[in-house]
Amino acid sequence: MITYLEFEKPLSEIEGKAAELRALAKSGEGVDLSKEAEALDRKAAEMLRELYKSLSPWQKCQVARHPNRPHCKDYIEALFTEFTPLAGDRNFADDQAVMGGLARFDDRPVIVIGHEKGHDTQTRIARNFGMARPEGYRKAIRLMDLAERFGLPVITLVDTPGAYPGKGAEERGQAEAIARSTQKCLQIGVPLVSAIIGEGGSGGAVALATADRVAMLEHSVYSVISPEGCASILWKDAEKMREAAEALRLTAQDLAKLGVIDRIVPEPLGGAQRDPAASIAAVGKALGEMLAELDGKTGAQLMKARRRRLLDLGAKGLAA
Amino acid sequence: MNWISNYVRPRINSLFSRREMPENLWSKCDSCGTMLFHRELRDNLEVCTGCAHHMPIAPRRRFEALFDGGIFTEVKVPAPVSDPLHFRDQKKYPERLRAAQKETGEAEAMLVAEGEIGRTPVVAAAQDFRFMGGSMGMYVGNAIIAGAERAVALKRPFILFAAAGGARMQEGILSLMQMPRTTVAVEMLREAGLPYIVVLTHPTTGGVTASYAMLGDVQIAEPGALICFAGPRVIEQTIREKLPEGFQRAEYLLDHGMLDRVTDRRSLRDELITILRMLLRLPPAVKGDLPPPEPEPAAAAEAPSDAKA
Ligand SMILES: [Zn+2]
Repeated sequence: MITYLEFEKPLSEIEGKAAELRALAKSGEGVDLSKEAEALDRKAAEMLRELYKSLSPWQKCQVARHPNRPHCKDYIEALFTEFTPLAGDRNFADDQAVMGGLARFDDRPVIVIGHEKGHDTQTRIARNFGMARPEGYRKAIRLMDLAERFGLPVITLVDTPGAYPGKGAEERGQAEAIARSTQKCLQIGVPLVSAIIGEGGSGGAVALATADRVAMLEHSVYSVISPEGCASILWKDAEKMREAAEALRLTAQDLAKLGVIDRIVPEPLGGAQRDPAASIAAVGKALGEMLAELDGKTGAQLMKARRRRLLDLGAKGLAA
Repeated sequence: MNWISNYVRPRINSLFSRREMPENLWSKCDSCGTMLFHRELRDNLEVCTGCAHHMPIAPRRRFEALFDGGIFTEVKVPAPVSDPLHFRDQKKYPERLRAAQKETGEAEAMLVAEGEIGRTPVVAAAQDFRFMGGSMGMYVGNAIIAGAERAVALKRPFILFAAAGGARMQEGILSLMQMPRTTVAVEMLREAGLPYIVVLTHPTTGGVTASYAMLGDVQIAEPGALICFAGPRVIEQTIREKLPEGFQRAEYLLDHGMLDRVTDRRSLRDELITILRMLLRLPPAVKGDLPPPEPEPAAAAEAPSDAKA
C-alpha cells in the first residue's frame, strides 16, 4: 500500500478505481473488465508522468519526506555486504538516529554512516525520526576516525529533518557535536563521498555531507532551514511554505547549478517510493562512480581538494 | 558612585517614563531598568553600571576598546556576489541589506581587524548582531576566511567575537555552506599552530554555534549570553515543557562543560592578553591601559580605522 501525497490525490482516485475493477474481475462476476482497468492504468501512468515532470520545490519536499521512500537502512542492506554495525559514542549513549559501521561496497571495505528515520511507529521512535542528538554525531566522528586510521573510504547517506532540538541534546553540546563532525569530515585523509537520499536538513546534514563528492537524488532537498521554519520567520506565516521552498533554492537542480552538489541521481517515475530497488541501484551506481573518481589520490590531495572546493563555493551565485 | 549615580539618575528616573526618554542622552537597562547616561555606558563597554547586564556592543566600539590605544587596521574582506539566489520574501533581500547598512553604518555583519593587544599582535573578527541579526552568509564566511588567512600570513593568533541568530536564510544553501567553509578557516589556523580564541556573546545560535563558534582552542563567553543550537522557543514547542531558569545561558553552558570560562566584558581584554601570551610562550604583559605602540615605518601609512569611518 502506497501512501499518496496531497498533490497525488487525483492519481490515487484513478489507481484506486483500477484496483477495484481488477478485484471485481477476479471475483469472476459479469463482464471482462481488464480492458477498462488497463485504460485506467494508462491514464494513471500519464498523470504520474505529468505530475513528476515539473514538481514544485514544495512538492519535492513532500516527496523527499515520503514515508515509503527507501531509507538509509534499506540502502545499506541492498548495496553493502558484511555490514557490521558499530555503536555508541563512548561517552553517553548509542544514538540510533545515526547508524553506521564497517561494510563492503563492491567488495571493498568501507565505513558507512547515515541518518535513519525508521519505517513504522516503533522504529521511528527508536530512530527519533532521523533527528540525531550529539551522541549520533560523536558516533560519526568516531567512525570517521576509524576509517582514517585504517585507510577505509567513508560513504555517508544523508536523510534527516535536522538535528534534534531537545533539552538534553542542547545540554550535551548539540552545536559542538555538529561542528566537530563537520571538522572531522575535513580532517580525514581518505575518500569521503556522500549521497543525499531524502532530506538534507541544515546543520544536521552538513555534519555528514561535507565530502569530496556529493550526489543527490532527483527529488531530495537540502536546505539551511525547513520551508515551514523559513516561512514562519520571514513571512510570519508557516502556511507560506510554498513560497519559502521556492525562495530557498533547495532542490537538487538548483544545488547542482550552485555547485553545492556534483551529480543528480535520477529517480524512478513517481519518485523513489514507487520503485525503491531502482532508486537504491541508481544511488549505488553514483557512489561507485564517485569513489572511482577519487582512486589513486593521496590523503593530502583529498583533504586539500575538499577544502578548496568549499573555499571556492558560491563565488558566482545562481548566475553561474 | 559619582554624582551622576547618586543625584542625577534618580531624578531622571522619576522625570521620564520609558517612552518619553530622550534617546540621544539616556537609555534604560533592559535588565534592571536603571537609567544610564550614554557616555557612561559607552565608557563601561555597554555594561550596565547598576547590574552588570551586558548589552550589545558594536564591533567597531569593541575594537576601539580592545586594541592598544584603540588603534587597528581593517582587514579587507572580499565582497561576495550580492543576492546570489535573487531571494525575495516580503521584502527583497538587497532592500534588507541596504536598510541594515544604513542602520549600522557598516558594510556587513562582520568586522575584521589587525592590531596589538597588550603589545601582542593579533587578528580579530567581531560579528555585528545589529546587522540582520549578525547572520552568517557569504560575507561573514569570507570575513572569517580573510581573517584566518591574514593571521596565518602574519603568524598571529585569531580572536573571534561571535554574535548571530544563525545562518542568513536569504542566502539559502550558500549560507548553510558557510558552516563547513568557516571550518576550513579554523583548520588553517590549527595547521599553522596558531591560537584561535572564541568569545561567545549574546546571542550566538544556530549554524554559527554549530561551526566556527564552537571550535576555538579556548571558549570564553560573556555573562548571560544565550548560546545554543536550537533556540529555547523551538525546544519548548518540540518537547512541550518549560525549560529551566537560565537554560542555554553562558553560566548554564559552563556548568555543563561546554565552555572554558565566563568572563565580564570589562576584564576580557586583560584575560585575552594573559591567555594568548601564555599560549604563545611570551613573557607576561604589563597590565593596564598601554599607550599606543610607536608608529613603525610600515604602519605609519595605515590610518586608524576610525579615521576612515
Ligand atoms: Zn542593569
